[in-house]
Amino acid sequence: MDKTWNNKAWFLVLPVLVLVAFTAVIPLMTVVNYSVQDTFGNNVFTWAGTEWFEELLSSSRFWEAMVRNLIFSFIILAIEVPLGIFIALNMPKKGWGVPVCLVLMSLPLLIPWNVVGTIWQVFGRNDIGLMGYYLNALGIDYNYVQDPFDAWVTIIVMDVWHWTSLVVLLCYAGLVSIPDAFYQAAKIDGASRWAVFRYIQLPKMQRVLLIAVLLRFMDSFMIYTEPFVVTGGGPGNSTTFLSIDLVKTALGQFDLGPAAAMSLVYFLIILLLSWVFYTVMTNYDAER
Amino acid sequence: MARIDVNHVRHSYLPNPQKDADFALREVHHTFEDGGAYALLGPSGCGKTTLLNIISGLLHPSHGQLLFNGRDVTNLSTQERNIAQVFQFPVIYDTMTVYDNLAFPLRNRGVPEADVDRKVRETLEMIDLASWARKKARGLTADQKQKISLGRGLVRSDVNAILFDEPLTVIDPHMKWVLRSQLKQLHRRFGYTMVYVTHDQTEALTFADQVVVMYDGGIVQIGTPAELFERPRHTFVGYFIGSPGMNVMPVGIDGKTATLGSQRIELPGAPKASGAVELGIRPEYVRLGRDGMAVSISKVEDLGRHKVVRAKLEGRDIAAVIGEDETVPAEPKVRFDPAGINIYADSWRVEMGA
Repeated sequence: MDKTWNNKAWFLVLPVLVLVAFTAVIPLMTVVNYSVQDTFGNNVFTWAGTEWFEELLSSSRFWEAMVRNLIFSFIILAIEVPLGIFIALNMPKKGWGVPVCLVLMSLPLLIPWNVVGTIWQVFGRNDIGLMGYYLNALGIDYNYVQDPFDAWVTIIVMDVWHWTSLVVLLCYAGLVSIPDAFYQAAKIDGASRWAVFRYIQLPKMQRVLLIAVLLRFMDSFMIYTEPFVVTGGGPGNSTTFLSIDLVKTALGQFDLGPAAAMSLVYFLIILLLSWVFYTVMTNYDAER
Repeated sequence: MARIDVNHVRHSYLPNPQKDADFALREVHHTFEDGGAYALLGPSGCGKTTLLNIISGLLHPSHGQLLFNGRDVTNLSTQERNIAQVFQFPVIYDTMTVYDNLAFPLRNRGVPEADVDRKVRETLEMIDLASWARKKARGLTADQKQKISLGRGLVRSDVNAILFDEPLTVIDPHMKWVLRSQLKQLHRRFGYTMVYVTHDQTEALTFADQVVVMYDGGIVQIGTPAELFERPRHTFVGYFIGSPGMNVMPVGIDGKTATLGSQRIELPGAPKASGAVELGIRPEYVRLGRDGMAVSISKVEDLGRHKVVRAKLEGRDIAAVIGEDETVPAEPKVRFDPAGINIYADSWRVEMGA
């Protein structure tokens, strides 16, 4: 493509650049600045060099949060993606059921995250919560406040409830774009239900699935609000994910230096993973 | 290969059809002979795709019966009927190679891999894609993809019939011609029973031995291209086939004479016609010259091979075809060649009496 260089155009994008500078670049630089300094308040800073980074990377607390986060992301992807595909495959393709299903599916996505957290926090309580109370009434020892396993189950079920819809809607969009002729041809070719899924539906959903996996991975890796509201990272540190740990360090203990170092490492991890996903997706497109 | 009998088949997409208008297919009773090449020709919405899908089993008819070689298949599934169908838009399995696409219907039926390989290679030769066997199917052009769709039908040696649902719609014009002649060749060499749905008369007339013209949910005429041209049974066939279509004008009949306004037209016989009587004549049989009925010319279209003259006769539009080097006379008049005159009563053709 021929490009015309026009220096006046830079003038037109200037407002955006200024805005980005204020919202992203300058705060990021502040974080970089904090990460190499120490403070005891009163705006007095002393040079700390790479001390915070060394401390962070050798701290088991950080790595534990990271491993917890990866396990969490892996589990919810392993549940939400197959479940989302399954629901999308079984949603009606035409008739009055379509709008009903779409609205039902969209509902969890429309609820603010902290409200989702609050809903499940109450729902799971074993004194007044619908689920917690009846689980215990049935003789199941369920208490997410004290039992780390129960806390994990609660958070995973909550995330599945909240976000499977997104996978469903994306897959459904992929599915409805398949012309009828494909299904008819498959019938004529004698394809089994599995072959139809494997060779027609899955290939057509591949791109939206990649996007779904990317979105769900990023979101779950940065998850903060819901577990914070439900468990506050507990019991103990059992549901303390990276972002919760970060906020505890920065705002709870007001350790700006270590928190800044942690933010940068966290930021680099997400940047790296985004790059991996981006490369995978563009390679996939190039192959087509 | 099979002979296909369509016995009094009616179909409605409504759950509770009452009157004729509720039926997408009013009543079709016809036999497709073994090894014949048929075209179902008609405008959009005339029921031709419905009929095709009933034959292939994608639709179950509301009424009637379908026989393959005398065996009732009405309640059999598409797969059990062993039919091949090529759709308007090429259907290929994106993720597979060309080879695997062709092998797919055989593998689904549990054919041993050695036979699969032999059949697929044969078919690749037939459809001229042998050198593409290992390529991913999604990288192919539209006409190659359509060949794969066709190939998936040809690969099964025992298919009862090959059905085409406007298969050339998305193909480039110059490739249409190539594909159509390849289809003709395949038909001649292997004698498949082929049914080809189209709304393009050129496609229908060049492909088929027998053209089935459908209109408003029913068959109006079945015949060779020549029959459809010379003796359209219904005024619709007259309009629809030929370019420009047949001239149809209301007339009065008196013995061997037809009256059109103040004009009198000699007929080759005395037809017994009642109801709304019309005279139909193809533009090719309208002679433009210095004697006959006076017309006023409104337009002359030069098509290169011949010219189409648009004129008014007794206030009605009429078209005539004249030779490329003929000229329009100063005081133009037309005569109707008696060989080309057809008389219609209530849109259906009536025989010329003695």
